[in-house]
Amino acid sequence: MADSNTRTQRPLSPHLQIYRPMLTMMMSIVHRATGAALYFGTLLVIWWLVALAAGPDHFSYVQDIAGSWFGRLVLFGYTWALVHHALGGLRHLVWDTGRGFDLELVEWMARLNLAGSVVITVVIWLIGYSAMGGL
Amino acid sequence: MSLRTPMSKVRGLGSAKSGAEHFWRQRVTAIANIPLMILFVAVLVSNLGGNHASVTASIGSPMIAILFLLIICSAVYHMYLGMQVIIEDYVHGEGLKIVCILGNIFFAVVIGLAGAFSILKLSFGS
Ligand code: HEM
Repeated sequence: MADSNTRTQRPLSPHLQIYRPMLTMMMSIVHRATGAALYFGTLLVIWWLVALAAGPDHFSYVQDIAGSWFGRLVLFGYTWALVHHALGGLRHLVWDTGRGFDLELVEWMARLNLAGSVVITVVIWLIGYSAMGGL
Repeated sequence: MSLRTPMSKVRGLGSAKSGAEHFWRQRVTAIANIPLMILFVAVLVSNLGGNHASVTASIGSPMIAILFLLIICSAVYHMYLGMQVIIEDYVHGEGLKIVCILGNIFFAVVIGLAGAFSILKLSFGS
């Protein structure tokens, strides 16, 4: 933790609105946003586990909320955030090896990340719905 | 000429006083999270539509209970490390920053323990 109380006049780098929005930059922001969303989503996962351990009444209470249209919406968002963040994390891990910085490749990895997150999320939900006996 | 003291150069831990440790642990947990999250989603999907007894039997069975304990360790540590970086990036007042860092630690510990306890209870029975 650097000390941030030093109020001397330091040069500032240009802030966000100076830059033209680009896919790669949005993806960087979304990786952080999905990470933060998953942080709070973990609370829901643990809530579900605690309810399961607490017994049938608690469990069916939580299951009803999860199964409502609002619950499903949140869970769909959670699924997408997880898949998007996982794919984004893979990109980070590739960069960590020092590879994948070619600009055209970076652009393609970003597109694949975005498209992949949507496709995989929808596939997971289709499997889920078909496991439950159709839509 | 460098302004760093010889001692700080030898230690090589930089201004965070912990070197690349935080970064490295974020990567270790990130790599662990990939297979763990795939299995996590698979287990949840396979339990869709189940009732309390069947889901308890599934999550409490040894292999899945161990899997879920691993998931809790890796994911909770990973999200704790990640949130600390977010806090350090955006919260600048020294007081509020400490409050947020503490809140992050407490949140992770409570969440992790509650999850681990639940898994163990499901597995070992009431
Ligand atoms: C599924 C596999 C996952 C992979 C491969 C992964 C990978 C990563 C990587 C590489 C980073 C560092 C990004 C950076 O240095 O800028 C990161 C950050 C983060 N991750 Fe994950 N992660 C995964 C799952 C999760 C889960 C399940 C959670 C929450 C429960 C989570 C929460 C976070 C948070 C809060 C950050 C900080 C974001 C930031 O600094 O911008 N991640 N993740």
